[in-house]
Amino acid sequence: MAAPDPDTDGACRHCGDPFDPDTAAAAGHPGFCCAGCQAAFGLVNGLGLDRYYDQRCLDPAVRALKPDADDAIPDYAVHVTPTDQGEVSLSLLVEGLHCAACVWLIERLLTMQPGVTHARVNMTTRRLSLRWTPQPGEGEAPDLGARRVLDPVLTVGYRLVPYDPATVDRDTDRTERSLLRAMAVTGFATGNIMLFSVSVWFGADMDAATRDLMHWLSALIAIPAIGYGIRPFARSAVTALRAGRANMDVPITLAVLLAAGMSLWETARGGPHAYFDAAVMLLFFLLIGRFLDSRARGRARSAAGRLLALGGAPVTLIEPDGRIRSVRPAEVPVGGTVLVAVGERVGVDGAVSEGLSDLDVSLITGETMPARAGPGDRVFAGTLNLSAPLHVRVDAVGERTLLAEIVRMMEVAEQGRARMVALADRVARLYAPVVHALALSAFLGWWLVGGLAWQEALLIAAAVLIITCPCALALAVPVVQVIASGRLLKAGTFLKAATALERLTEADTVVFDKTGTLTLGRPTLESDAAEWTDDDLRRAAGGAASSRHPLARALAGACPAAPAVSGVREHPGEGLSWDDPEGPTRLGSAAFCGVAKPGVGGTLGTTSSGRRPALETPPNRPRSMGLSSSHSLADRARDRSSGSGMIRHCEPASIDAGEAIQGEKRDIRPGLLRRFAPGNDDQNKSCANPIDSTDEESERRTPAELPPQEMGRVGAGFLGPELWLRVGDRAPVRFRFADPLRPDAAEVVDALKARGLAVELLSGDRPETVARVAADAGIETWRGGCAPGDKLARLAALRDQGRRVLMVGDGLNDAPALAAAHVSASPASAIDISQTAADLVFQGDRLAPVLQALETAHRADRLVRQNLALALLYNAVTVPLALAGLVTPLIAAVAMSTSSLVVTTNAMRLTRTRKSRP
Amino acid sequence: MNALLFLIPMALLLGLAGLAAFLWALRSGQFDDLDGAAHRILFDDEDGNDGPPAKP
Repeated sequence: MAAPDPDTDGACRHCGDPFDPDTAAAAGHPGFCCAGCQAAFGLVNGLGLDRYYDQRCLDPAVRALKPDADDAIPDYAVHVTPTDQGEVSLSLLVEGLHCAACVWLIERLLTMQPGVTHARVNMTTRRLSLRWTPQPGEGEAPDLGARRVLDPVLTVGYRLVPYDPATVDRDTDRTERSLLRAMAVTGFATGNIMLFSVSVWFGADMDAATRDLMHWLSALIAIPAIGYGIRPFARSAVTALRAGRANMDVPITLAVLLAAGMSLWETARGGPHAYFDAAVMLLFFLLIGRFLDSRARGRARSAAGRLLALGGAPVTLIEPDGRIRSVRPAEVPVGGTVLVAVGERVGVDGAVSEGLSDLDVSLITGETMPARAGPGDRVFAGTLNLSAPLHVRVDAVGERTLLAEIVRMMEVAEQGRARMVALADRVARLYAPVVHALALSAFLGWWLVGGLAWQEALLIAAAVLIITCPCALALAVPVVQVIASGRLLKAGTFLKAATALERLTEADTVVFDKTGTLTLGRPTLESDAAEWTDDDLRRAAGGAASSRHPLARALAGACPAAPAVSGVREHPGEGLSWDDPEGPTRLGSAAFCGVAKPGVGGTLGTTSSGRRPALETPPNRPRSMGLSSSHSLADRARDRSSGSGMIRHCEPASIDAGEAIQGEKRDIRPGLLRRFAPGNDDQNKSCANPIDSTDEESERRTPAELPPQEMGRVGAGFLGPELWLRVGDRAPVRFRFADPLRPDAAEVVDALKARGLAVELLSGDRPETVARVAADAGIETWRGGCAPGDKLARLAALRDQGRRVLMVGDGLNDAPALAAAHVSASPASAIDISQTAADLVFQGDRLAPVLQALETAHRADRLVRQNLALALLYNAVTVPLALAGLVTPLIAAVAMSTSSLVVTTNAMRLTRTRKSRP
Repeated sequence: MNALLFLIPMALLLGLAGLAAFLWALRSGQFDDLDGAAHRILFDDEDGNDGPPAKP
């Protein structure tokens, strides 16, 4: 047994989370935060795999390895595929993978199961591929033993999501592989041809017959290698020529083919000069550049893949006769009813027909506070069911869901930015025609004016093409990019777009979102001017420990020593209740705890509707335009119909507005809006013109209109989310929550200003809260109450002033702005859609990665420019030589490899301090 | 001169063997997970009961 590490006392021996040892001992699981962790630890130890605990390193950015009894385990049966030889296979995405020790543990746990023939976790893509032979008796079970095999891994606390390998895009994988293969073939050819070439160059006493033999051997290797290696370039060149353009691949293809052809002819007539080596080497270097380029670009795929996987989890369908069947989301009939268990993501769009629960809607709206959903309320694919099972009547599935539609919108918005042409491509556009003109003039000049035979002249023209070919250009930029992104990756920043670095260097204005970006986006218990006693906190935290609600978790986190209370009942959308020795206890919204003052809505529950929304919207609503989670979806619909709707309902429309700003005229999709707005359609007529209503909303939020008692944060009108605790007949006490700034926010803002960048804060939150955060962070220019459309408008205004904006944000309401900004960054805690829209994604609680990315971008940019200058210098020297017909194959080979080496070495300077992983 | 007739094919064959080995490694998925492979070596196989290498 692994002894508990003395250093980790107070941290759970399994998941590493802090806990209180005394409480745990009393509850019967000493050394562990919960019984689940104890069971997991026992399992790992029992199998003799306890070395795992010595060797692992926990990654704070990854979900803690906590087995959660409430987690709904997806039904694997749908994705189990029989293979030949009586085996079955299953592909899964692993959530909770911290480090290589996790890979080891999972594989070991699985291979210990009888019948498992293959279990392999890919650490890069976090995918697990599994094959096993069903044991006797399992052949009849629908999942063929999947649960039995996977059970130990689930017990340990990993979450396994099945996916359909066919839906995950394999095209890019295939391209990368074929590039690598072509690279290997041309590399082999280069090496071996060089063997012959060097002997020809330096074998001064070599007779003509031997030289011809060498040339023929070179041709024998070169021709097939060129035929194989040139395909990626030729394909792109032909496509470009068909479209009437010339890209870099045109001169490349032409040069290689011309050089090979001329050399073959030269060899056939026994001439002294053959360029096989140069032609193949050129291809080799260019393929290296191409491969690096494709790797740098390919990183963004995993995020998109995860999003797709969300839609791929099986759905539990309730048949008309009451039977329950697990099906793929695409097979669910519209109008059918599906069951959504606690902890499960809703796989379809629809309306609740039965049940009352809290939904985590963060994927769709960016809200961290759950929304209540009861009969008649609309639910959307991608939301997570938190507290009670729901029956949902299906309106839309698969590609027709709101989630799929939002993803498509982001793609459209992204394409607008893809028009940005990388520096290397801009250079290439100039380069190609110049090179062609030079080669043509060399040919014509030598043939017509110089009086050479046309074959000789053509040979010189081929030499010009080869020597001008942009090895340095094609290699230098991708090398710099790969090194730069490797450097950033090591520091926890994930570079998604290939041109992001270049665009970062151009940024002169930084626009931050507030909640979740400048702040942590996690509610934390306010302890100054507290209205509660430690005893209250202890009691409340004990009850809250059993809930998944973010505020309850914050409360439990504030007092981990609290003994967990048993017998807690969760009232969806209202709060928790349990029997305390001192009387029946309630924890939840003001109304739930019988607080007479409706006040600022308690966020575990609903507030009474009909109050002025300005009073109902607590300011610390993460990114969500100040919407209280205390609203049930139905409440929001009512608000909407009374003309005081919540801006965020119109976010997709604002994405449309964003596209319009980008110059792509698109119809606003009323159908989508109706679907997005909760409640039934006639309640939502007023959402038909979302932009108007967002304007109305922001006007409504002017500070002047706010009641004076709400201007400050202290006093009766405190504007944060809150929970009430009522014990027996005692007066209820209030717990307030605030969202703290990221620890280095002010420093980073200062550093950005020192770099000469303008810094702004745009937030959907109430102006006074934004003002306070802006003051804390040292930002002078700020704007509160911004709808997504307002953010876009501000970005457009900045662009009209000629500013290049770096947008940093994390919510769905930021997503259009992220896509529209010149360059954008998003914290890893952001919702997937924002991460998809952003150019860089950074991890951790600090903002410093933004600064670091800027700095790396500037260094990379300097290196790219130096490299381009070096390439130009090289051309200035060699082109006259080639034009003069002085370039022999030896000179061509030396010049080409030298220039490539020089630019690569220069790029490597980016790693200066220590070697980075490319 | 005769040495060439012997050495050239040998050099080519060796090169081809290297190429074939690389292509085989690529095909058998050894380049699929470079991160995992780098760390995997740190864990011993006590029972040697590892599954076969992944098929692409």
